Amino acid sequence: MAKTKVIEIEPVTRVEGHGKVSIHLDDHNNVKVARLHIVEFRGFERFIKGRPFWEVPVIVQRLCGICPVSHQLAAAKAMDIIVGAKKITPTAEKVRRLMNYGQIFQSHVLHFFHLCSPDLLFGFDADPKKRNIFEVIKKMPDLAVQGVMMRKYGQEIIRATSGKKIHGTGAVPGGVNKNLSVEERDFFLKDIEKMKKWAHDALNIAKNYTLEHLDMIETFAAFNSSHLSLVREDGALDLYHGNLRAIDAGGNIIFDQVDYRTYNDYIMEEVRSWSYNKFPFIKSRGHIDGWYRVGPLSRMNTSGFIDTPAAQKALEEFKGLTNGKPNNMSLAYHWARMIETVYCAEKIEELLHDPDLQGTDLMVRGDRAEEGIGLVEAPRGTLFHHYRVNENDQITYCNLIVSSTNNNEAMNRAVTKVAHDHISGKPKVTEGMLNHVEVAVRSYDPCLSCATHALGQMPLVLDLYDAEGVLLETKSKNL
Amino acid sequence: MSKTVKFKIDGVKIKGRAGQTIMDAADDAGIYIPRLCDVEGLSPQGSCRVCTVKVNGRPAAACTQPLTEGMDVENDILEILNYRRDIIRMLLHEGNHLCPICEASGRCELQAMGYRLGILQPAKYPYLQPVRPIDASHPDILLDKNRCIRCGRCIRASKQIDGKNVFGYIGRGIHKGLGVNGRDLAGTNVHVSDKAVAPGTCPVGCIIRKGLGFHEPIGRRKFDKVPIGSDIENPESGRGK
Repeated sequence: MAKTKVIEIEPVTRVEGHGKVSIHLDDHNNVKVARLHIVEFRGFERFIKGRPFWEVPVIVQRLCGICPVSHQLAAAKAMDIIVGAKKITPTAEKVRRLMNYGQIFQSHVLHFFHLCSPDLLFGFDADPKKRNIFEVIKKMPDLAVQGVMMRKYGQEIIRATSGKKIHGTGAVPGGVNKNLSVEERDFFLKDIEKMKKWAHDALNIAKNYTLEHLDMIETFAAFNSSHLSLVREDGALDLYHGNLRAIDAGGNIIFDQVDYRTYNDYIMEEVRSWSYNKFPFIKSRGHIDGWYRVGPLSRMNTSGFIDTPAAQKALEEFKGLTNGKPNNMSLAYHWARMIETVYCAEKIEELLHDPDLQGTDLMVRGDRAEEGIGLVEAPRGTLFHHYRVNENDQITYCNLIVSSTNNNEAMNRAVTKVAHDHISGKPKVTEGMLNHVEVAVRSYDPCLSCATHALGQMPLVLDLYDAEGVLLETKSKNL
Repeated sequence: MSKTVKFKIDGVKIKGRAGQTIMDAADDAGIYIPRLCDVEGLSPQGSCRVCTVKVNGRPAAACTQPLTEGMDVENDILEILNYRRDIIRMLLHEGNHLCPICEASGRCELQAMGYRLGILQPAKYPYLQPVRPIDASHPDILLDKNRCIRCGRCIRASKQIDGKNVFGYIGRGIHKGLGVNGRDLAGTNVHVSDKAVAPGTCPVGCIIRKGLGFHEPIGRRKFDKVPIGSDIENPESGRGK
């Protein structure tokens, strides 16, 4: 019987949350199976049962310390339906949108500057002692400071609209609990030009990196897939509200302008025994071929246009690379992410000049409903929240499909492809090879457990086992 | 006019009135003695023991102990402070006080007392993590007894102000809890306008008005800017009690 070696990368570093990669090798070091495992069980869908519905936006945002706003907004949108708020007030919608743009701005910046920039600036194989944020600070202090200041700007917008930078309470069923004061508005207007410029500079870094490394990027973790996202009724990019659009790898429409409240008719989830993360797929295509990608890359692929000038120009360049067809390169996520960062800065500026943000009509109520479905585009992709509420206002059912769940199959494919391309058949497994696997996962900016995350010297242990489970070799760092 | 009673709190000479409790006289003098079960408008109960002070060297509940001439009260001393901290910690550990997701956060007196006394992290006691069913039967009011601290404020308000007996204690010792005079809250004659369920009667997030959670933004909640007791120490602040 042939022996199988298993390499484990646990935890995967410089991503949000905790996961591990397992790579199974045969006697000749050929990769048999490679998987990304989500190793934490969270249980939010179960333990909010029985809680009053108005608590939900505040509870479920605790899934994550990086994009709590997305969970808060998706839940609040579901609860709008529960309280009968068919249309929230202009002030409420614009405050929520501002919160969402601030959130995506800071999250994208965090990922690009803090988590992935060491790979892009120093190379995937660079000495890990130098392939980290501290070396970025040392070598490119201006860039590092920009990353910190941009993230702070986004976080301050969240604070102003939600009460706290992390885990605020701004979005409530039927609207919001505060508007944006003139003082807060002026505070943000003071720095918006700088933010737009820095976002544009970061976009250029991501774009130039992609173009300069195109030969590698065209094959590195690249594979065809379908793409899913919200789009506005006119097909424009929209991160807060709209309808669902799905396209295949060639750009053909699978479905379009689907009311997300009917998501159950279009999306299903498959459970596999080796991961706590489910595998969603498009029903009409079946569970084998129906998987899809979400997030910045998918949004660039599905959106017909962007309604802000600089981001639209960037989108045209992005689409030009693949002659208008969907871009299926995992590492193009970085470029797409920075286009959205520019977009968010432009939308923030647009909103700051809108007097509706200072309106005082904050909440509406209507006929009570028993079921609510909310959906937003989170930084990492499409986020579904679905609830049922009994006559006593208690939650009886909850289903969440979070962004990184939508990308589960895609991340596994990325891991498999990179493992095949960079590890298979090699006599010795190096740290650089393993980092290639992590780079592939990292490009999706996954929030593996939607949990708060400590940056820096994350420990990594690599164990080699034989088929009987006997430990052959252990390598570790930062322990 | 009632007779003046001279006494001391932490060495400061105070003039109170005969018939006052230590707490009432301290309040009049602008000295805050922490408390949870005592609230303006209801008769004192002396059950939470957070207001414990030393009177002539012996512990006593300030909310029920009458003034006597020449008494020496110790309030702001380490021994008493630690005693109060332990009481607050035990309350925090006995129930499910998940401040980050509780709508009472920012106006909760238990939370505010924890901050005032410098309790910033869980420690010392095991969490009992009770599983008490939520009573959401009433159309306007929800009862989450996992957060009840047995202060009895709702019980006294219902009896003394509303003229009803909607709430009462059931059980003994560690099993003592809040009960309602009916199969559930909907089965009682409680009304949303009752003092027993009015904002400020329940010091925590046990009795809550349905559908109003988190309507008060962070930054404008009762204890966001000033600590509990500020209304007594600095009456012009207009906040706190």
